[in-house]
Amino acid sequence: MYAFTFHRPQTVRQAASLLAKNQEAKLLAGGHTLLPTMKLRLAGPPQLIDLSLIDGLAGIEQSGRSLTIGAMTRHNDVNTSPVVQQAIPVLAKLAGMIGDPAVRHMGTIGGSIANNDPNADYPAACLGLGVTIVTNKRRIKADEFFTGMFSTALEPAEIITKVSFPIPKKAAYQKFRNQASRFALVGVFVSKRGSDIRVAVTGAGSNGVFRVSSFEEALKKRFSPKSLEGMTIPADGMNSDIHGSAEYRAHLVGVLARRAVAEAIGKSAA
Amino acid sequence: MAANTAAVSLTVNGKPVTAEVDPRTLLVQLLREHLRLTGTHVGCDTSQCGACVVHVNGKATKSCTVLALQLGGANVLTIEGLAAPDGPLHPMQEAFRENHGLQCGYCTPGMIMTAVDMVRRKGNDLDEHTIREELEGNICRCTGYHNIVKAIAAGARAMRGTSAAKAAE
Amino acid sequence: MSATGIGAAVRRKEDRRFITGTGHYTDDINRPGQVFAYFVRSPHAHATIRSIDVKSATAMPGVLAVLTGAELGADKIGNLICGWMIHSKDGSPMKMAAHPALANGKACHVGDPVAVVLATTLAQARDAAEKVKVEYAVLPAVTDPAAAQKQGAPQIHDVAANNTIYQWHLGDAKAVDAAFKSANHVTKLDIVNNRLVPNAIEPRAAIGDYDSGTGTFTLWNTTQNPHVARLVIAAFVGMAPENKLRVIAPDVGGGFGSKIFIYPEEVVALWASKRVGRPVKWVADRSEAFLCDAHGRDHVTHAEMAFDVDGKILGLRAKTIANLGAYMSTFSSSVPTYLYATLMSGQYEIPQIYCEVDAVYTNTVPVDAYRGAGRPEATFVVERLVEVGAREMGQDPAELRRRNFIKKFPHQTPVIMNYDAGDYNASLKKAMDLADYKGFAKRKRDSARNGKLRGIGFSTYIEACGIAPSQAVGSLGCGVGLWESAEVRVNPTGSVEILTGCHAHGQGHETTFAQLVSDRLGIPIDNVSVVHGDTDKVQFGMGTYGSRSGAVGMSALVKALDKVEAKAKKVAAHLLEAAEGDIEFKDGKFSVAGTDKSAAWGDVTLNAYIAHKFAGQELEPGLKEGAFYDPTNFTFPAGCHICEVEVDIETGNTEIVAWTAVDDFGVVINPMIVEGQVHGGIAQGVGQALCEGAVYDKEGQLLTGSFMDYCMPRADHLPSMNVDTTVTKCPSNPLGIKGCGEAGAIAAPAAVINAITDAIGTEDLTMPATSSAVWLALQKANRMPHAA
Ligand SMILES: Cc1cc2nc3c(=O)[nH]c(=O)nc-3n(C[C@H](O)[C@H](O)[C@H](O)COP(=O)(O)OP(=O)(O)OC[C@H]3O[C@@H](n4cnc5c(N)ncnc54)[C@H](O)[C@@H]3O)c2cc1C
Ligand code: FES
Ligand code: FES
Repeated sequence: MYAFTFHRPQTVRQAASLLAKNQEAKLLAGGHTLLPTMKLRLAGPPQLIDLSLIDGLAGIEQSGRSLTIGAMTRHNDVNTSPVVQQAIPVLAKLAGMIGDPAVRHMGTIGGSIANNDPNADYPAACLGLGVTIVTNKRRIKADEFFTGMFSTALEPAEIITKVSFPIPKKAAYQKFRNQASRFALVGVFVSKRGSDIRVAVTGAGSNGVFRVSSFEEALKKRFSPKSLEGMTIPADGMNSDIHGSAEYRAHLVGVLARRAVAEAIGKSAA
Repeated sequence: MAANTAAVSLTVNGKPVTAEVDPRTLLVQLLREHLRLTGTHVGCDTSQCGACVVHVNGKATKSCTVLALQLGGANVLTIEGLAAPDGPLHPMQEAFRENHGLQCGYCTPGMIMTAVDMVRRKGNDLDEHTIREELEGNICRCTGYHNIVKAIAAGARAMRGTSAAKAAE
Repeated sequence: MSATGIGAAVRRKEDRRFITGTGHYTDDINRPGQVFAYFVRSPHAHATIRSIDVKSATAMPGVLAVLTGAELGADKIGNLICGWMIHSKDGSPMKMAAHPALANGKACHVGDPVAVVLATTLAQARDAAEKVKVEYAVLPAVTDPAAAQKQGAPQIHDVAANNTIYQWHLGDAKAVDAAFKSANHVTKLDIVNNRLVPNAIEPRAAIGDYDSGTGTFTLWNTTQNPHVARLVIAAFVGMAPENKLRVIAPDVGGGFGSKIFIYPEEVVALWASKRVGRPVKWVADRSEAFLCDAHGRDHVTHAEMAFDVDGKILGLRAKTIANLGAYMSTFSSSVPTYLYATLMSGQYEIPQIYCEVDAVYTNTVPVDAYRGAGRPEATFVVERLVEVGAREMGQDPAELRRRNFIKKFPHQTPVIMNYDAGDYNASLKKAMDLADYKGFAKRKRDSARNGKLRGIGFSTYIEACGIAPSQAVGSLGCGVGLWESAEVRVNPTGSVEILTGCHAHGQGHETTFAQLVSDRLGIPIDNVSVVHGDTDKVQFGMGTYGSRSGAVGMSALVKALDKVEAKAKKVAAHLLEAAEGDIEFKDGKFSVAGTDKSAAWGDVTLNAYIAHKFAGQELEPGLKEGAFYDPTNFTFPAGCHICEVEVDIETGNTEIVAWTAVDDFGVVINPMIVEGQVHGGIAQGVGQALCEGAVYDKEGQLLTGSFMDYCMPRADHLPSMNVDTTVTKCPSNPLGIKGCGEAGAIAAPAAVINAITDAIGTEDLTMPATSSAVWLALQKANRMPHAA
């Protein structure tokens, strides 16, 4: 790692002002993306601003038809929360598919979506559920938040404080792992809330998480895997690397979408 | 680099520890280099192998991916603290020995610490599928996992009702 | 069988330190005043080094020195070597290019060390390394072994035209051609044996410590063979005479071959410690390990097998191009030749075999022995040919194997080896029973109902272990003898230290060697300690690899124990006032035949030292004996592995649903440890078959440079395994041991690929059979249901 100074602000405001003072400074949440990058010297922020002492950034709350999860809430806490398990069971399940138990003890939802790794799981849930991301400055709709791989609508000195999830009627997530990294080679999140149908895909796109409107249209007619039969998405725009070609990824999007819909309506996948 | 250091106080294996460290010091470095607790190993630089797993406030944590300075006031348990030196082994340690759950021993401390945490979260009756899934973050190159899986199932059963089970909570 | 003797599943003596975190691996050791080494490595696969400017790096805080190939040359530090001479068909010797420990004017692979920074802390060394300015002139690179031989390919070393190191062959080409002419059926396969990264979980490390007062060097090193390291670093690198160099291999966290070799980093640690007058420590990062630990395998092969009308094998021919990487590593030349082609007969009676091997340089990390070394590659060729042959001829693969098995021993193959004992039918039959082969058809139907393709694959492998008879390997070009040594030191109180030239890094020698002694001397196993891994303590030895420690190392121990017993009998004779010939030794007791007079082991050992009962002229005091054992033949472990898979037809994902292994390892000292070795070997073989593979891009960058991209088998890649044995004793060594360390890695890849290809109904599949590769194979074979 390159040298840095370490700060532990007590409030979001203090954190924001530290951030504002130094463009190069970085927030540290669970550190499970940032620290590995720093260890490999791929990042060298001169200042690290640890969010872990700030009160009120972690926690899970349900009010009416919406579930709010604080930015510093660890994956493990989402996974094991009875509130989440009850309100949006697939979200608890998804959190339990991220990395391994030790990663889940540290990694946070805020860090995951701020980072917007093109193979990460939470971005699929956020886009697939149509969440609202709340920062110290404003509220941002998921559709506007994820702007490309590793990039988001966050401005300098903007800090995610919480994520607000509308509670869907039906939802499911199918993750097909990259066998080496265990991130998603392709992950498909589907949800249905009234007439709002969403299909969000992570891992596959060369520009990060995205929605598949053709699948959504088809599912609007009937929310059933049958509606997606024979449907694929074009391979251009898909990521292609040693782990899978664009064609393979495009193919998996179709397969996983059908399986996710089947799971969402309580039928066995396949 | 300027002489940029900061102090951190925490508890390691039940003993209070204060250290003056370079901010880039990782927990694993604090343990190995400052405290000479070399049972915690480093097997990768991408946070994947789990050779470095310890417990932070009772939870399995990759000590290669936490800064010492993040841990002010924390309670850290390492493989050296699992059983008293020369005392009886922790049931999970005993199970690894009894079931030949180790060969070169390099991944072993991380495996055992992960296993103890697994029992805390998943209980004493662990089926093979659960154990294999839970070992996602621990790589062993020697054993093919077969005996590790057996050892963890046996260790979990042996931890039932023991003080070790309590201590892990 | 006693509770701790030969054949008992004794729990390991070494475990306590490992499960309590009190082992001592190289990185756990620190020397007073030590400084840290960090290597500046070439970011280019092939480049001329125009200049190296170390000025600003040297001025960085904490830096003691920045050293390059120029200083290394000035100090006359010699090159690393490959110790096994291979001659080409035309009689010319292999083309070994210079391999300096720090690049000398040219970098030949990404990761080639170019300079080293020595600093007080590792962070300082790393900071300063970034300030070393190296000016490179980048040259075109080649990474593919077949492309490397083509006209116009970038030339890596002047000594090797067309990057070709040797063009070697074995067998009778004409006789094989004749056999093929008379064939009823010929099976042809193009095979890629994928490049693997060994990835022992402990990264390599070295501490060099020069003592100017005595002029001696000490090296703590993650090595499988400390004496060989000392020999090479002394005799070839010229660091110091052997008697001034001590090599210590403390606890070592896995090796699998990759820690046999003598690498630049340990040479530099030693040399630099003299240069800067401080102990020098180097520990590899995992990312660094990917770029500097020798890789394994990497063959491209075309192979053909000829059958007669009855399915009897008439002949086999293969042409292999072996990628040895940018330099010839310590034993690299032997792996694709004498450890490969000599195993092409498998378990079968094959009248004629011909194998050609070209070894080539490429701009990649050097390739050398990795678990199995040559034998997995050979087994893959043979077992794929037999399986595919059976399918093409519409025969049952098990039956075809059975028909061709060697049944009479000893059996001379056409490729050097003389198999001494085995019963291949027995292991096949037992494995088929355990795997419920009869029930497979039903299981396949059940899987199909769930949208899964089920397949079953066999691998009836053989390996040559117990490496190796010195005379034999000498005649084939090996630069060292491959005997082993043992010393037994009996203390006055009767406890025993045994010193072995073998080295354990997971194999459990501290237990198995002690079992042998406990069994033989009738003393408690806790009274036996095993000493290894230190050239100052142990007589010369050859280390541990090639499943040799049991068959060769323990045989040496048996010889030494014979001598101990003989001497102890003499002492007992004096003590019991009887004739030496009347002394019997059993269960730790010496007795006089036909009387009730006896003496306990401890009485005799004490008397050997107090020497009150005999005169020094007739018998020397003390009880300590040594022996060297040179095997008379290789040993030939063999067996049958059966793998059953389910393939998800839509995603191409393969799940191994069952594994059965029945191996014949000869006499087993500790079945628990043997099973563990089999499990671990299978996991590595499954890794090769399903997910591991080093991939380079055209520029020579390693795309799989971390665990993020190089897939290490996890617990959920593997099933629990059904492991069993059959036994035929090895006739060539006193214990009847064959060896077990590599079997799994040798058998597994073919079993997995045979199973997957059985499931998907096409042979057009290369390793690793990742889900995307299987999906692609299904696409090509048009077996995919319409994209739906
Ligand atoms: C071995 C391993 C396996 C993993 N597997 C998976 C996986 O399968 N799926 C998956 O999705 N992820 C995976 N991850 C990533 C993991 O989920 C990370 O924890 C997560 O992506 C980042 O969260 P963090 O809290 O650790 O963030 P950090 O690493 O602390 O921060 C990440 C980035 O976000 C910024 N940031 C953090 N918090 C905020 C905030 N509140 N507001 C604004 N910016 C912020 C930071 O400045 C930094 O740039 C894995 C990680 C590891 C080490
Ligand atoms: S060293 Fe921490 S995960 Fe590998
Ligand atoms: S026992 Fe060697 S890595 Fe697990």
